[in-house]
Amino acid sequence: MAISLNVNGETHEVDVDPATPLLYVLRNDLELNGAKFGCGLGQCGSCTVVVDGAAVLSCVTPVSLMEGREITTVEGLGTIEEPGPLQTAFIEMQAAQCGYCIPGMMMSAHALLTRNQQPSDREIRDALMTNLCRCGTHMRIMAAIRRAGELMQQAAAPSERRAG
Amino acid sequence: MTIVPKDGFTRKGLTRRSVLTGTGALVVSFALAPHVLAQQQPAAAPEPPKLPGSLDDARRLDAWIRIDANGDITVFTGKIELGQGIKTALRQVAAEELEVEPGEINLVTADTGRTPDEGFTAGSQSMQNSGTAIRNAAAQVREILIAEAARRWNVPPETLRAEAKTIVAQDDRTIGYGELVSSQLLAVEAQPESLLKSPDALRVIGQSIPRVDIPAKVTGGVAYVQDLRLEGMLHARVVRPPSPAAQLQDVDTASVEQMPGVISIVRDGSFLAVVAEREFEAVNAMRALQQAARWSEQAVLPDQNNLQAFLEATKGDIGTVAEEGSPEVSGKIFEATFRRPYQIHGSIGPSCAVARMVDGRLTVWSHTQGVYPDQEAIAEMLGMDLANVRVIHMEGAGCYGHNGADDAAADAALIASEVPGRPIRVQWMREDEHAWEPFGPAMLMKIRAGVGEDGRITGWNYDLWSNVHSSRPGGAGNLLPARHRAQAFSVPAPRFNISQSGNGDRNANPLYAFPNRRVLWHFVPEMPLRVSALRALGAYANVFAIESAMDELALLADMDPVEFRLRHLEDERARAVVEKAAEEFGWSSGAPKGDRGRGFAFARYKNLAAYLAVAVELELERETGRTRVVRAVSAIDSGEAVNPDGIRNQTEGGIIQATSWTLYEQVTFDDTRVTSTDWSSYPILRFPSAPDSVEVHVVNSPGQPFLGTGEAAQGPTPAAIGNALRQLTGVRLYDLPFTRERVKQAIGV
Repeated sequence: MAISLNVNGETHEVDVDPATPLLYVLRNDLELNGAKFGCGLGQCGSCTVVVDGAAVLSCVTPVSLMEGREITTVEGLGTIEEPGPLQTAFIEMQAAQCGYCIPGMMMSAHALLTRNQQPSDREIRDALMTNLCRCGTHMRIMAAIRRAGELMQQAAAPSERRAG
Repeated sequence: MTIVPKDGFTRKGLTRRSVLTGTGALVVSFALAPHVLAQQQPAAAPEPPKLPGSLDDARRLDAWIRIDANGDITVFTGKIELGQGIKTALRQVAAEELEVEPGEINLVTADTGRTPDEGFTAGSQSMQNSGTAIRNAAAQVREILIAEAARRWNVPPETLRAEAKTIVAQDDRTIGYGELVSSQLLAVEAQPESLLKSPDALRVIGQSIPRVDIPAKVTGGVAYVQDLRLEGMLHARVVRPPSPAAQLQDVDTASVEQMPGVISIVRDGSFLAVVAEREFEAVNAMRALQQAARWSEQAVLPDQNNLQAFLEATKGDIGTVAEEGSPEVSGKIFEATFRRPYQIHGSIGPSCAVARMVDGRLTVWSHTQGVYPDQEAIAEMLGMDLANVRVIHMEGAGCYGHNGADDAAADAALIASEVPGRPIRVQWMREDEHAWEPFGPAMLMKIRAGVGEDGRITGWNYDLWSNVHSSRPGGAGNLLPARHRAQAFSVPAPRFNISQSGNGDRNANPLYAFPNRRVLWHFVPEMPLRVSALRALGAYANVFAIESAMDELALLADMDPVEFRLRHLEDERARAVVEKAAEEFGWSSGAPKGDRGRGFAFARYKNLAAYLAVAVELELERETGRTRVVRAVSAIDSGEAVNPDGIRNQTEGGIIQATSWTLYEQVTFDDTRVTSTDWSSYPILRFPSAPDSVEVHVVNSPGQPFLGTGEAAQGPTPAAIGNALRQLTGVRLYDLPFTRERVKQAIGV
């Protein structure tokens, strides 16, 4: 079945079984590495992507539900040459050990920071409730998310002044 | 062979001239007259000199460092990146001694086709072994380049210096590394001693340079074997047995063969797998095969609620780990039994591998910890020549010991041998990893120790029961698919051995000074559950028991636990980390108020590697039994610090991971099946339970050997948590993990 997907601002036509989890389509058909297979059960968050502004577990989300929705993966946050604020913050804070869970963390954080660039400690922890890290990078991940919020505010500040 | 008096190479008396004479002459000798040298060899060749680190096993400089004519520098390591930052730290070490920038080093990690054989990347030994080898090799290469430039210019070598890929003369003449190298120049055996840069001259070592691998990992670059997409690649899934002793009786594959995308079903004894064009098709076919398969199962597992009985019933040998003075203890006595359950590595990404068989030659991409041992085991499993099997390392998700990586590699290899031509990608499902990875073994620790009127420990009896904590390949029988094939390879019998660095008995002997001790390992050969190396091996449970006992003895002696430890520590570096952690924590300001307690613990990993002390502040919610580490403050001395932030990152991780093990984790099973098969049945620490802060203070030891970092926190952390709970509630917990139920029961809620 042909399905039209909007991923990171681009439209893709894929021909797949409509029951296929979005994760496999992102990884195998669109060759995007960011979202990871961790459990296939919606328990660990390493497959997290953002759909219409909300964090979604792509390993348990059938691709057929995604038509007409805006999907963002970690590739949509910036590039290695021009990293976005979340990517910059994770690099700056060295917030990775193996790094496998990190794109999922970043997408949960992206959904949070899009709504609220000054999240409380509690809000950050709640936003990451579904995301597991096994290397124990938790402290750096939380620090990187706070830092990303600062960077986003700094980036937004001049345009706000202009607007005002 | 150039012979230089050993005294000329003692570090203290080292001069550039003495070394240059050595290496320069060596190069010339080898280049000009190897046959003469050969003739001069005595009939019985003497034992070759011991070389630093892994150089001792791969002795030629060009096994480690290659310089191309265009000046490109490639460094080869047999170690792998497993999230510990080795790709960055090894570049730093090489760049330092070669006088280049880390970014100018091209690093090739473990590949049986290209790199030295450094066995497994395990035991926190990458810096000790590979870091030491590469640093020495790089220093020797630099001196050879200087000597070669000196020869060409006919100037004394001590007038030359290395700088930015060139050798520079006093008159500012320069010549590039690439122009100096010839095919022979680095094709020499390394020397036992090197002219290492002195600690005060270091530019790169000791700097927290950013990890080289993080930018790609946060932007969606290819970083893991899971990201490998080869032309024509097929997707496979293995249908694992439902329980450890299960055997496949029969399976009707006809309907599954008709499912969309299915290319092949591979059945060999109890090994059952499916290959499909697309990944989701493979998953669907696997689920259908699970329904279709009929297995015979056996109830062979011990009683999870009484692992002590299982361990004590062993008929294995007893080994003496340490013995000193008399086994009698006197004074005020502390006696207790501590227990540790089976625990998993639980990498967030389940194991994965890609294999391709073309014209009888097999290539396997794997996140194995040991490409060479894996190559050997896979070749044995498939009856292939070693030369026809190549294993290339690619990263997987974080690795904390022997997980499913080797098995997944063997799965892919076996399937590729049945379905040759196209690359086969095997991805384990979550339940495969949870149920089939080798677990960290259950352990039992009994301790009896006394403290005298003078506040000193009088004697120490310690008995531990444990499996051997390693079942790595070596041998096809350690690969799951090889066990499950019709022509099954049997599981090799575990070998019981008391070694210096320890195994189940790792850190079983306290580092503390006291006159009488006896430490015994009651070896448990029975392995109803598959077990192997989990980060720190026995040190996790042994240090937990020892450091819990230290706090109880301090209480009996009516002394502060930090002071009590210092009283029994003679090693200055041990004392330094204890004092540093206590100071940074603010230990002297007393225990916290309310429902918070504090605890302290220390160990020197393996009693010969990194020193680590940690203090924790723990909060307790009495109604629910929920505990949380609020604050952890640690100090670590892992020798000369190459990348301090890397040390902090790994140690923070070690503390948090060990906290998770300690508060939540245990494999569950009934008499037949493992029942903890996902993150719901085997919960680990989640963000709401993460600490408020974790501090790691790196105590640098310039000029000292690299001691490794990765496992140092695993033992002290559970003890510090237990000690904090004891301080807060007056109750000690002896059974890991400290679940809410156990805490509630202990405090009488």
